[in-house]
This record gives sequence, structure tokens and C-alpha cells, in this order.
Amino acid sequence: MTNSWTDIKNADVVWIMGGNAAEAHPCGFKWVTEAKAERGARLMVVDPRFNRSAAMADHYSPIRSGTDIAFLSGVINYLLTNDKIQHDYVKNYTNVSFLVKEGFGFEDGLFTGYNETSRSYDKATWQYEMGPDGFVVKDETLSHPRSVYQIMKKHFSIYTPEMVERVTGSPKDKFLKVAEWAASCSTKDRTMTIMYALGWTQHSHGAQNIRCAAMIQLLLGNIGVPGGGINALRGHSNVQGITDIGTLTASLPGYLAMPIDGEPTLESHLTKRQFKPIQANQTSYWQNYRKFYVSFLKSMYGAKATKENDFGYQYMPKLDLAYDVLRMFDLMHQGKTSGLICQGFNPLMSVSHAAKTRAALSKLKFLVSMDPIETDTARFWENHGEFNPSDPAKIQTEVFMLPVTSFLEEEGSFTNSSRCVMWKWPAADPYAESRKDVEILSDLFIRIKKLYEKDGGKGVEPLMAVDWNYKNPHDPSADELAKELNGKALVDLTDAEGKVTRAAGQQLASFGEMRDDGTTDGVQWIYTGFYGPNGNFAQRRDNSDPSGMNVFGSWGFSWPANRRILYNRASADMQGKPWSDAKKYVLWDGKRWGGADVPDFVPTIPPERGTMPFIMNPEGVSRLFAAPMADGPLPVHMEPFESPVANLVFPKLKGNPVARVFKNDMEVFGNAKDFPIVATTYRLVEHFHFWTKGVQKNAVTQPEFFVEISEELAREKGIKKGGMVRVWSNRGEVKGKAVVTKRLKPFQIDGKTVHQIGLPLNFGFIGETKKAAPINSLTPFVGDANAQTPEFKAFLVNVEPIAGPVA
Amino acid sequence: MFTIIPNPQAKPIDAKFGDKDLIRRSASSITPVAQRQPEVAKLIDVSKCIGCKACQVACLEWNNLTEEVGVNVGVYDNPHDLTPNTWTLMRYTEYENPESGNLEWLIRKDGCMHCEDPGCLKACPAPGAIVQYSNGIVDFVKANCIGCGYCIKGCPFNIPRISKVDNKAYKCTLCSDRVAVGQGPACQKACPTQAIVFGTKDEMKKWAEKRITDLKSRGFKNAGLYDPPGVQGTHVMYVLQHADKPNIYAGLADNPRISPIVELWKGGTKYAGLALIGLTAAFGFLHHIVAGPNRVTDHDEQEAKRLAGK
Repeated sequence: MTNSWTDIKNADVVWIMGGNAAEAHPCGFKWVTEAKAERGARLMVVDPRFNRSAAMADHYSPIRSGTDIAFLSGVINYLLTNDKIQHDYVKNYTNVSFLVKEGFGFEDGLFTGYNETSRSYDKATWQYEMGPDGFVVKDETLSHPRSVYQIMKKHFSIYTPEMVERVTGSPKDKFLKVAEWAASCSTKDRTMTIMYALGWTQHSHGAQNIRCAAMIQLLLGNIGVPGGGINALRGHSNVQGITDIGTLTASLPGYLAMPIDGEPTLESHLTKRQFKPIQANQTSYWQNYRKFYVSFLKSMYGAKATKENDFGYQYMPKLDLAYDVLRMFDLMHQGKTSGLICQGFNPLMSVSHAAKTRAALSKLKFLVSMDPIETDTARFWENHGEFNPSDPAKIQTEVFMLPVTSFLEEEGSFTNSSRCVMWKWPAADPYAESRKDVEILSDLFIRIKKLYEKDGGKGVEPLMAVDWNYKNPHDPSADELAKELNGKALVDLTDAEGKVTRAAGQQLASFGEMRDDGTTDGVQWIYTGFYGPNGNFAQRRDNSDPSGMNVFGSWGFSWPANRRILYNRASADMQGKPWSDAKKYVLWDGKRWGGADVPDFVPTIPPERGTMPFIMNPEGVSRLFAAPMADGPLPVHMEPFESPVANLVFPKLKGNPVARVFKNDMEVFGNAKDFPIVATTYRLVEHFHFWTKGVQKNAVTQPEFFVEISEELAREKGIKKGGMVRVWSNRGEVKGKAVVTKRLKPFQIDGKTVHQIGLPLNFGFIGETKKAAPINSLTPFVGDANAQTPEFKAFLVNVEPIAGPVA
Repeated sequence: MFTIIPNPQAKPIDAKFGDKDLIRRSASSITPVAQRQPEVAKLIDVSKCIGCKACQVACLEWNNLTEEVGVNVGVYDNPHDLTPNTWTLMRYTEYENPESGNLEWLIRKDGCMHCEDPGCLKACPAPGAIVQYSNGIVDFVKANCIGCGYCIKGCPFNIPRISKVDNKAYKCTLCSDRVAVGQGPACQKACPTQAIVFGTKDEMKKWAEKRITDLKSRGFKNAGLYDPPGVQGTHVMYVLQHADKPNIYAGLADNPRISPIVELWKGGTKYAGLALIGLTAAFGFLHHIVAGPNRVTDHDEQEAKRLAGK
């Protein structure tokens, strides 16, 4: 989230799309009901299904799964053509006036630089035109044909309301109402918040869905402003935490990059990341990358990290590929993986194409399942008939189940969607012989290290170099680990005059204190300050709101630097004055920046200096035109890989032209002739993913897998409410009860009727609920071109009524 | 946001009400307490309810109840009806509003309404099996229940259910045990969106007014409070978007009244019956006074012997 859960209360319009907050985030959703009840905010929901959030909405518009870019581009076009943009904001705080290099072009859905063989773009022509001073060339009049503004106007003009209706199936009047309500927040005193979740990310063009939303918010001047923002609702209580901590294979803690092949030395890694400002007087905060990186290495390797050995950079693995979940399981399927340690992970349920996952797991030598509960994955080898067809006699994989304590039984922290780190204490004793994850991993580390010490082996140095300096090496405490994340001074740190600013051994109060000479450590720079010299701020539970803006600055600690709204300098105009009294937040008082929140800015830089709010970008401003994207600097309507119709905007495009598709997976995409029905997956409020199907009371409230079908499709197929249906894709099938509902309606796509069905994902073959095959038996094995998030939300199936099971 | 009721202190607290605060007791005549406690109420704002069923689970947890894992029958309602263990249930209705043309998903939390004039209590023949406290809560006293099921006949909302295990009647207690120590009911505590709020009936009516104003601003011109006069009002009330059509909310009674059979039987019929018994006795007595005792005469004896052939 750029903003926070509690800030939603400041919104005038709440737009939920690509998510279902009432269903998946019922507790956070209370801030939507508060905004409605207390401020009179209007809620609009755009979703393929009339869902629980829609039940709370003032306006609902349907949309065919996978066509969000067309819808959102339609809104962008509406804002541009009707000039519903916050001019001062857009002109100053975005790259709207920047010129793009000569040679940049766009035709038939493809940008310049496309290579069909490698399915990738050469982005050379997507760059800004640079002046001789090393700064970007701008046209403040916005009339230059190569200015971002003119490029955008041209680019989005095709997405008329008529085109939106033709492609997405959203009736024109319903679409226009969404656009009008959004446009109502282009004034300086009104803001809109956008809430999304996996309904936007789980597409082969997921990152571009979110780009569209970010562009809308920038045009409306709604980023960095209370009641605004683009707010990703995270799917687990600590999924923000796991991304922050760098569990994605290509990233290190705090969004630092994993070294890759071709970066043999620390310098070769860092020089690629200079982040030199491309406008005068800009912050470009990533210029401090070096300090954060060295501090991280000091935490990893302690005394073994010295200036002479590149602070141990040589010990770090260098990636040849990004090992995302799809790649991991594809390699496993090819028989290239020996063992898998599954820690709090149930891939048989949560990875696309379950039959492939099951086959992949069968090729392992060993599988370790570290989990508080018996997962379906740990029992993948058992034959559960149609729910999990398997022949145990043919599977050689040895499975180890290591029971771990649940989150309720151990101390630690959660980081919620608001980036707020909150401490938790154990509520119960560990169950039976379960052990903490930390204990098991420590034990494993110590044992492996001992084996290497005894027997030697290849590439052992990195393992030996790891700094494991804990009171009890077999069980590092949550407190020690938290302190390590924050970082400390390793020597007395002094300022320019030689005055000691931080004594050796003291915790750092902010990442601003980190150094690149090995005199500080800290695993996770963005968390620095959460456990500073004044103790563990994650434990704070003060719910006072001194500004009255629903900002609870003394509750937990929001990274970075306890900031509740990112880029909050943008809540004030160029002179540092709030855009309006209603949205007064962070402002310049003549001497300093201050206000309701911790300013996202050097607090002493006066507005006259022209330093812009988007301090993480070398531009200093935000990007309407974003060259770093793999699939284009501007969003383009792309159909899902399995789509009931051809791309009506750009007929030559098939799926996302740069999404990675593995061999043999392209072949099992289904076509619209055999599989004419669109399907989407989602979770139910009654369950938490695949966990609570084992909890009796949750099972009572939703006991059995079902398929949501429109009354029209039910009539067409002869399906009865409560009757059994079979749903099959080109990869597998599931069977379940039919919930025939008015909440799904067929779409009219370019004059053709297209049906969509809904498939809840919470059911499996282990637990208290009725047995069901994993919903991912159906889903395609392809991911987003930027993030590789699998395309779970839009694919093709067929459906038929079947006789019920003999009870 | 409605003021959140703080958690109680860990040390024991005296119950705020008990047997001394009864205003009604089934099949018994009691002297109602002179001074009523402030009437309490639970307000269920249907327009804020996301249908998450947290209230259903909280009810099971707090009251230590176990419901069976059922099946899906093509709807979101699970279980499919109230049971001796499920005292509250979300009921989902897909309503196509003929005026706006919009689909509405109306989600109503069903359960005991705690009527001011409780039909169950009036129908109950077992002394003290159903009681009403002066704060309005209608509670079942299991020890006194005979399992006759008359309470079901008496209820205008079809709420009580008889257990097949112990043959006793069960329904929502409005968490009288929690309310007695200053807490709101468990369902209210669990509700994430404050669709359920709890307080005095006056507070709830005021809060409802604010909600109704908000709903009217969103085009629900018939938004209103459901506090039906047919049962002299209830201690569980709804804010409805369409207060003119309660029935569209999964069959909520438009104008609930205690069944005339119960009224007749426990009202007029009961007194008529009692009067008849009294009158018969009075007639006998009068007859005795006027005609004197009915004695056997010597003539009767002799006639009897003759007839017997002796």
C-alpha cells in the first residue's frame, strides 16, 4: 500500500477492482464502511462477479476476466479527453513533459524493439531524450509530439467507451459512471483510493493492470495524498513481511537485488545501480544503495566481511536465472531438482496445473514439509481417487514432515499491508513436539556445517563464512533477529566535526545512519528504526490520532521511517501548501516539512529548490511513461493466454507478447472452440486459503467446493441449483455443486455471448470439508511478464451437469 | 465509528441482572420488578453486513456449540437453517430491485429478536422455562424446559429449535451472560464492520437514525428501522434498505404478531376455561345450598333390593 488501511477513511471515492476486500480482507474493509458512514464516501466495484464487496457498493460494473487494461485505459482516455486531471500535480510531479527519444513507436500493439524469437523487447528507443547537461529534455508546453503527454493522448485514444464495452463486456453506462466518479476526484479537495489484490496481479499482464491504476491516480493527483493511493491488499497476514525480507529468489532483504551472473565483483554489481538523478536537485534516494548493500553484507558475514574481500560479496550466490515458482516447478518436472524444502507452502494446491505439480513432486528424491498442519502437498503421493489420482507404488520421493509451531505459538512480528510492523507474543504453548521454524533451520545449518567441517566439500566457503553469532545458536531469539534486521553501529560513528553520533554497538535509529565502509550492519535497511536505540517500536500499541487524520503514528512501526503515506510530499503543492484544507497532511511551515505524518523528504529542503516528491526515482517525479517495464512503457490491452475471443483492439497480439511460456505448456493451452467458457478463481471469506479447510467451525460455514454459474448458462446446459457439475480445462477437471446465481451474468463481447463461471479455491483432499480436487488442476502454467505471478484469474473451461455422487 | 466496548477486567464482576430482575416468567405469575433496567438492544445494519459469518462462528465459540459439517445445496447459507446449535445464521437473498434495475445481495443475520412481547414465553406451559429480564432479554432456562415445542408455535419469527439429543429448546440468549458483565454479545464483538452494534435501545435507535439518513442519501428512500410494533418492539433490530418490504430479506415477517391461537389459548381461551371450571364449581355449590346434599332414602334402598331380585 502506498497509503494505509486506516487512511482509507479519508477517501471520497473508494474503487475496488482486481480484488474483493469485503471477502478477502473483512477486517481492513471496515475502513471502507467507515469512509462511507462517516464521510459519505461512494464505493464502486468492478468485478466479473457481483461479489461481497459489490454487495456493499454504491455502483457495480461487471467486467470479463482478464480485460482490466482495456477498462482502465478507457478511464485514462476519459480523463485525458475530458481534461479531468489535476493540472498542477501532473505538470510538476509526473514525467508528463519529458521527451521520449526519437525512434520510439507503437504499432499493432507492439512497441519498437520487439524480438519475436526471444519474446522480449530491446528498450533502447523507450528512453528519455537527454540534454548535453546529462539531464532530461522537457517541453513544459506539453505540445511536442514526443512529449509523454502527447504520446499518451494518442496511445489511449483508441479506448473509447464503445471499445471498452466491446472488449470487456461492461455496459457503456456502467463504465462511464465509474469514469465519472473517478474524474470527480481530479479536484484538489477530493481523493479516491484504489484497492486491488490478486485479481490484478494473477494475470500474464498483471503488472500492467497495476500500472494503469497508478497512472489514473497520478492524473487525478491522488498519490501521496490522504484518502488516495494505490493500495495492494496483501493476501496473508505477513505477506508484506516476506516480500520485504526478500524471500523472492531474485531479491535480497529491503528490495536490494540478488547478484547475477556477470556481476563477479561488488563494484560490478553496484555500478549498474548508480541511480544518478536525471533532473537537477533531485534526491534519487537509491544513490544510497551501496550503504544498504554493504550493511547487509556485514550482517551476513560479520567479521569475515572486510573491505579487502568486497565485504564477502564473493560468498553470495550469483543467479543465472530468476527461480520463480513456475520455473522451479518446471525444472522439477524436467527431473532437474533433487529435493524441495517446503516451508509453510502447499504448492500442490497453490501452483498452476496441479497434474504437472504432482508429476514434478514425484520426481524428487526428497520432500520436506515444514508446516503446522498436514498439507495436501505432504500427502501428494496418496491416492485419493479423482481428488488426487496417484500410484504410491510408483513414487520414490521420500517425504519428511516436520511439524512447526503455528504463528500463534511463537514470538515475532507481522508486517501488514500498511507496511506496519507489529510485534506478536505467543498465545499458546507449542503443540506436541512441534518446533519453531527458526530452531529447525538453525539445527539444519549447524549440522550441515559440521558435516562439511568433517568431510569437506565443494563450495563450502560461503557456508563457513556466515555469521551465526546468537546467544543460543540452535535457537536465535525473535528479539535478536529483530535487532539484526534493524542494524547497529560497529564502531563509534562520527559526524564531519568528529563528534560521536552513534556509539559502537548501539542500534541505528534510521537507515540514514548506514555507511558503505563496513562500519554499520543491518539486514533490512527499510526496517531500520523499528528497533532503534529506544527499543522495539513494533511493540507500540498507542492508538492516539493527534492530527485527527486517522494517522496512528505510535502504533507499531511503518517502514520506511515510520511513514504512513509514501511520497507524502506530494500532498502539498510546489510551494509546500496543502492542496486543500480537507486534505491537509504534510506541509512546509517556512522552516521545515512536517504535519500529520513523517515527511517522505529531507525535512529541511525548502520548496524553492525544486526537489520533487518521488525521491526513489532518478527523475524525482513519477512515471506516466515507464521504460523499466518488460512489456511496454505504456499499458496495452492484451488478452489472457486462454481467451474466448481474439484481441479486438490489436488483432495480431496473442496473450502477452513477452510473457515467458515453457516448452510443452503452450501446447496445453485450451482454445475457445473446445473451451468456450471463461473461468476465474478466488477465495471465500469463510476460509483462509487452504489452511482452514481443516478447521471444524470454518468447514461448517462453507463445507463443500462449488461452482458459481449464471442462471442463463445453467438453463443452456440443463444445470440445476445444488446439482453436480463437471468443469474441465485442457489440463484437468474438477467436480462440484452448482451455485446458480444472478450475481454472474453472461457478457456480450463484440456481439457474441460469452459465459463466465467462478471457482472458489479453498478446497482440497485433506481436512474437514468435503473432498475436492485442487482448483489449480485447471489453471494454465504461465505468469506475468514482469513478476511471473501465475495467470490464475482468467482461463478457459467447459462445464456440464453430471449425476451426483452415490452418498 | 460506534464506541467500542472495552474488554472486562480479569477479576470477577457481579452480574448486573439476574432472577430478581424478571418481568415475565412462563406459566407463572410474578410481581414484575418495580424499576426496569435500561432496555438493551442489538442493532443489525444489513447495509453494512458483508456476510462473513464471523458472528456465526463467534456464537458457536462463545456458547461452546458444535455444528455438523453439512453440504452445499447451491446457496451460500450454511447450515441451511437454524438448529439447536446454530442460534444465528446468515441468510442471503439475491434481489433485483425493480425500480433501479440493480441487483442487490441482501444478507440478513437471522436469530432471536428478543421481542418485548415474547410469543415463546406466552406459549410456554412449563413454569420458569422462559424468562424475560427487565432489560428486555428473553432467555430460555434449560432446567425447566419440558421440550413440548410450544415456544416454536408461539414465536412469530420461527426461531427456537428442539434438540434431538436432550429434547430441550434452544435459541440465542443475546449472550445474557456477557451482557450481565457489561459486554456486548459475542456476535457483535466479532463483527468486523460494525454491522452489529449493541447498547441501550435508545442509543441503538439514535445510531440507526444516522445510518438511515446515510442510506437515504444513497437513494434508498424507504430505508428504515425494523422494530415491529406487533410484538411491542424487539431488542434485536434491523436497519433495512427497504424497510417497506421486510419480506424480501429471506422472509423476514412484514408485521409479526403472536399467533392468534396462542393469544386465544393463553389469553381468552385460558380465562374462559378457568371461568368454566369456576362456574361449574359454583353451580355445584349453589345446588348443594339450594337442593341440599343428595342422600339415599329408605325407599331407594328397598326399591334397589326389589330390582336386584332379593
